[in-house]
Amino acid sequence: MTFKEGFKDGLAIGLGYLSVSFSFGILAVSSGLSWWQAVLISLTCLTSAGQVAGVGIMAASGGLIEMAMAQLVINMRYSLMSISLSQKADKTLNTPSRLITSFFITDEIFGVSSGKGKPVGRRYMLGLAVLPVIGWTLGTLLGAVCGNILPSILTESLAIGIYGMFVAIVIPASRKDKGIALVSFISVILSLVFYFTPVLHEKISSGFTIIICAVVAALIGTFTVGKEASDGQR
Amino acid sequence: MDNDKFFSLLIVMAVSTYLIRALPFTLFQGKIRSKRVQAFFDYIPYSVLSAMTFPAILFSTGSVIAAAAGFMVALFLAWKGKSLLTVAVGTCLMTFIVSFLLTLV
Repeated sequence: MTFKEGFKDGLAIGLGYLSVSFSFGILAVSSGLSWWQAVLISLTCLTSAGQVAGVGIMAASGGLIEMAMAQLVINMRYSLMSISLSQKADKTLNTPSRLITSFFITDEIFGVSSGKGKPVGRRYMLGLAVLPVIGWTLGTLLGAVCGNILPSILTESLAIGIYGMFVAIVIPASRKDKGIALVSFISVILSLVFYFTPVLHEKISSGFTIIICAVVAALIGTFTVGKEASDGQR
Repeated sequence: MDNDKFFSLLIVMAVSTYLIRALPFTLFQGKIRSKRVQAFFDYIPYSVLSAMTFPAILFSTGSVIAAAAGFMVALFLAWKGKSLLTVAVGTCLMTFIVSFLLTLV
């Protein structure tokens, strides 16, 4: 798969990021950071939930260990994704390429690349990352500098796009594969339970909730349907 | 916030986020042999995306009604097998239209 194909697949993610990071830019500035600090955070971290938590810790003048622990828990899902994506990587993703491309493993980039029915390579991954990185950084800049100019109805409507994209990945795969349909359904049910049970919602961070729901659902799928999913794909 | 404090926190944040991604991706290069473990990692993308999307999608805009309308459009277009961009744009458009109509009520 080529750089160009990745670049095209990155368009939807880049547009989504532009709107999501726009709200991050607003948040960062209202937490007391300057615009260039907000932009630098987006450029070096490229993660949504982690950055929101990070800005909160910065605003509260938190410690370095607290920062590291928070990022570890919130972003632990990336470790799962990295191992999963590793199974789909072709030979062009050698160690140096992996050290570079792993910087770009976000929920969406992972979702799109692992949603491909075939192995992915270095060129594709780099192409896929271009527009998301630009969108994420540019959106932060715009939000930080001119967040309050645009009407909120417009920025809010853009923020939902990223979820629409997730739906576009999960639904077609679920139609093709019973195992994926079951796992996705269970994951949604668990996520609802976590969201609407007050004690769970208050005590467990959203990053950790995602890990628990995803792992439990995937385990149930593994032990009931088993290997059918990947056989269908490869 | 002063620059020294900012940069030390930023470096910790960026490095820990990077290592969480890079270590597993670089260390686990071999293909997994066990069918069970393979199945588990094949399911993970979909279970992660599902848990992240619902119910969070309903609370991602100012109005739950507008978000629900957008979600319905997303389900419909995705069921029809439309591209990622088409589904994303359709979702935003519907959400915007319903949000706008709600301001008129």
